[in-house]
Amino acid sequence: MDVAFYETLLLTAKLAAWTTAILLLIGFPVAYFLAYRRFFLKPLVEALISMPLVLPPTVLGFYMLVAYSPQNAFGRFLEQNFDLRLAFSFEGVLLASVLFGLPFMIQPLQNGLISIPYSLKEASCTLGKSGFTTFLRVLVPNMRPSVITAIAMTFAHCIGEFGVVIMVGGNMPGETRVASIAIYDEVQSLNYETANRYSFVLFLVSILILTLIYSINGKKKVL
Amino acid sequence: MLEIDIKHSMFTSEGKTYLEISAGIEAHELVCLFGHSGAGKTTLLRILAGLIKPDGGRIKFGDTVWFDSEKKVNIPPQKRNVGFMFQDYALFPNMSVEKNIRFAQKVKDPDAVESLLFLFGLETLRNQNSAQLSGGQRQRVALARALAAKPAILMLDEPLSALDIEMRLALQEEILKVHRMLDTITLLVSHDVGEAMNLASSVIYIKNGKVLSRGKPSDVFNQCISPENVRFLNSVKFSNLDFPAF
Repeated sequence: MDVAFYETLLLTAKLAAWTTAILLLIGFPVAYFLAYRRFFLKPLVEALISMPLVLPPTVLGFYMLVAYSPQNAFGRFLEQNFDLRLAFSFEGVLLASVLFGLPFMIQPLQNGLISIPYSLKEASCTLGKSGFTTFLRVLVPNMRPSVITAIAMTFAHCIGEFGVVIMVGGNMPGETRVASIAIYDEVQSLNYETANRYSFVLFLVSILILTLIYSINGKKKVL
Repeated sequence: MLEIDIKHSMFTSEGKTYLEISAGIEAHELVCLFGHSGAGKTTLLRILAGLIKPDGGRIKFGDTVWFDSEKKVNIPPQKRNVGFMFQDYALFPNMSVEKNIRFAQKVKDPDAVESLLFLFGLETLRNQNSAQLSGGQRQRVALARALAAKPAILMLDEPLSALDIEMRLALQEEILKVHRMLDTITLLVSHDVGEAMNLASSVIYIKNGKVLSRGKPSDVFNQCISPENVRFLNSVKFSNLDFPAF
């Protein structure tokens, strides 16, 4: 039981870490674009990114499952070109998790960028600094609480994700069985003690992450 | 020499209006862009710095064309070598006073940083965060930072507007010192007659996006005494207490 317990927790952490890392890479350019550019379809793009906040996870999971099917274009393309089947695999769960975590990463980053006075960006430009230098040396350091919030919220949300994972990945130990699914499974099998251990770990991680966010944001207010 | 011939539509509180400016500014001049709020002074300065792309026209500094709508030339602000001082000073809150100045340098030169800290009396504040400084101190850091980049032209957007009269008078000296040190063109946006009289060698009086008058400060302000302008000039803040009342 202990091996399975740690394996599940490790898989949960692995999924959350990969999801956060991928979203961090995607999130910065998307947030930058949304913060500083105006274009016709911007409200639609923002609405699509925010959809996971209001959409039942099972709905997104269902569409992802349909998309992964070799009977459909995306699934067929992956199978024919990369011999890859995403349904009920870790990679499939990861892709769904990235899509579902988009608002948790992008919204804090976008708000962080918007909160920085535009004159700081312009000042850096007039001092001859490139867009990349301005981003790294001026923008990111001045939105540090937003970056930490984005990372922590994405990680914490991913750790507790249930609906999307069960739809796309099912309950395969070592492959797609993450902690939230294990809790459900153990309760169904009347193993309350194991369910309690999983639940306590998730509770502890969540409270630690939220305390970290509030402590960082609180410090910023004091300064 | 800076040659300006631009057209640009802009929105003010009175609706859409057009900025149409043709002017030549000689080397070593300290020129005050003077006018009401919304006249287009700051927009013109931002266009010259490359922060706003004008609708049309041409801007040439020395032998370099900065902007030419016909030839589709638009040099980005990074390559114009402009020292721009923002109204809110735009100091980087994540950097100390010294780091703000160091960041502006194109080539690292610790001796030059020390000289600037000494010149502006900032040595004791070098490790202070910019958020902890007073208005006057922030203004001096912003000037030092603008100088650290060794700009070919200095642009100051209402640099003294947020300060009280005593501080204004003291810092006018700093601006003059910087202008003489750079020995290049300095453009100063202001709606303060006293400031223009004290600092500028020439005034461009802009009204509703057009140049109303251009010349020596005393000539410009004497020419522009219409009943409306008297009302405007009487309403602006006079930092030069010796300036005669209209």
